[in-house]
Amino acid sequence: MSERPLWLVLGASSSVARAFARLLAERGGDLILAGRDIADIERTAADARIRGAARVDVRTFDAIDRAGHEAFVAELPRRRFNVFLAFGMLAPQAEIDRSAALTQQMIAVNYLGAVSVLSRLAPRMAEEGGGAIVALSSVAGDRGRPSNYVYGSAKAGLNAYLQGLRAAYAAKGVSVTTVKPGFMDTSMTYGMSGMFLVGSPQACARACLAYAAKGRDVVYFPAFWWLIMAIIKAIPERIFKRLRL
Amino acid sequence: MAERIATPSWRHASFAGWGRVLHAEMDAARPERIADIARALGAVGRRGVIVHGGGRSYGDAALNSGGQAIMTSRLDRLLDFDPASGLVVAESGVTFDDLRRVFLPRGFLAPVTPGTAFASLGGAVANDVHGKNQDRAGNFGRHVVWLELMLPSGEVRRLLPDDPLFKATVAGLGLTGVIVAVAFKMMKVPSRFAAVRERRVRNLDEFLEALEEVRRSATYSVGWIDALAKGGKLGRGIVESAEPAPAEEGERYREARRWRVPFDFPAIALNPLSIGLFNAWHWRSAPARERVRRISYDRFLYPLDAISSWNRLYGRRGFHQFQCLLPEANSRKALRSILETCVGSRAASFLGVLKTMGQEGTGLLSFGGRGHTLALDFPARAGIGDLLTRLERMVLDNGGRIYAAKDSHLSAAGFAAMYPGLAQFRSILAEVDPEQRMVSDLARRLDIRGDGR
Repeated sequence: MSERPLWLVLGASSSVARAFARLLAERGGDLILAGRDIADIERTAADARIRGAARVDVRTFDAIDRAGHEAFVAELPRRRFNVFLAFGMLAPQAEIDRSAALTQQMIAVNYLGAVSVLSRLAPRMAEEGGGAIVALSSVAGDRGRPSNYVYGSAKAGLNAYLQGLRAAYAAKGVSVTTVKPGFMDTSMTYGMSGMFLVGSPQACARACLAYAAKGRDVVYFPAFWWLIMAIIKAIPERIFKRLRL
Repeated sequence: MAERIATPSWRHASFAGWGRVLHAEMDAARPERIADIARALGAVGRRGVIVHGGGRSYGDAALNSGGQAIMTSRLDRLLDFDPASGLVVAESGVTFDDLRRVFLPRGFLAPVTPGTAFASLGGAVANDVHGKNQDRAGNFGRHVVWLELMLPSGEVRRLLPDDPLFKATVAGLGLTGVIVAVAFKMMKVPSRFAAVRERRVRNLDEFLEALEEVRRSATYSVGWIDALAKGGKLGRGIVESAEPAPAEEGERYREARRWRVPFDFPAIALNPLSIGLFNAWHWRSAPARERVRRISYDRFLYPLDAISSWNRLYGRRGFHQFQCLLPEANSRKALRSILETCVGSRAASFLGVLKTMGQEGTGLLSFGGRGHTLALDFPARAGIGDLLTRLERMVLDNGGRIYAAKDSHLSAAGFAAMYPGLAQFRSILAEVDPEQRMVSDLARRLDIRGDGR
């Protein structure tokens, strides 16, 4: 029986997740949209249904509420599925510097939350015969910079976790793709200065779906960010620490 | 869940009306969720805020110099669709292009659509837009079943057509608040094609006669007018009428190729000579006797959308649009003198449109009524302001009105004389927006609030 693909979208209110849901809807897939702002996600779900999604369910999911993750995963339908991890939190470093609670929260969402839910999802996916995990990380995880190093460190941790997860599940039919977007035109970055060559959420969503189909490992989006980050990573620390990047 | 801790951010940017003669520096927010709109409205400063949708208004309707704007481009979700009745509920940033892509394959067409598919639904309501079927179908507002409006205070209200605030929001130029959702009925069509009849007409009398004939018989009717032809050829053009075409066995539809204008043309490119040559060629390309063709709705309804950013053809200085409605009793005489004035001033126009209108609009400031509507474009240059002032006078003298969505030059006194619903509009505005949060360059120019601000 050839089943329609089912995608679980975590952080369904994010700009890229919305574009991703719409893309899948137009291709007639099934969706589970999960996040905190249920009223907003219901609107995205309605949009997906009208645009052609065969089946769309809405679930409450909070990355910070790790105690709830086990039940969240247990309640997923018993069938093969894929995961698009699109939640994240980015506060300006200046605000983080003023608030220890905000520092904790950034790590709790971007690292602990992601690890907690993925560590429960991966075995379940293997049980159901495999699938694809696509996780939105960030180029900020490649090197700590004064402008966003708490965010960056959480994403760096996530990158290492995804690396291990990928190797652990490669033989079990679960592919793990780490997507490192550069500057994206999302609500998270809207109004920030100094951005260039900005990618659209629609293009990113299309790329993510293609990466999943090919089972890619680590990809920069747009692709030229690989080069930018290669240069940034190559700068010796003695020099890097004097640059205000 | 991706989120910033900070309240909605604002991006400082330069905006222009579609005609690119009017510009504004604004701080713009781009909400993605309904709650973000309320937060944005809560952060409005002294210079007020205007809603910015598809950016297809020609003049300053969606500009607010030195102030703020709320962009609706990311509020673009379809919320409900009932295939039995054709009822669609959608967020205000949904465009006619979205509607076309999603619903035309299922046999539904927007009941009324402006000449560009890139206009948003919010803009369609706020300007009470019309299309080539105005004579029968009226303006867009007439097809709206209900609206959800976020008042400047942040309160969301559902408005039915008999509500005075509904009548102020339809054609309300974005001044009553932010439209959050629009519910309207789509029209069932048998195929993706229209059967389009066209024939050329040699002068204004022939033009008006042909329009009279098609307004009685056709669903859609429109005329292209050569606003440079003079003397015995004054008012020559091409009259088109169309009906939904029945489905044909095995007919294939292909998405039309889109071209783009990659740079601003030099201003000199569009001059009276080049436009005169284009117009003469275009007129001759239509058959003298009637011809019927099957044309996709995309091409028939949105011919200019085939070239994205076609406004760059006019060069960096841009162009003025002018659209007036002339009541039937005076229209023949008035059209003649307006055309003669344009010809005399050598102010060339190549997107001239003349068609009939038949229905009043539902909004207090709607552009509608029975008569003839003439739309012209003028590449910006010295002297156009004087011409537009003279045209305003002629429209007023003939009991007509000028369309705000396209305007860039009308005077406050002229606007007040053309729109008798203004007094009631002002009093509703005073009620829903006592702190005067909503404002635009157009509202200031036309003194729509009536406080000379």
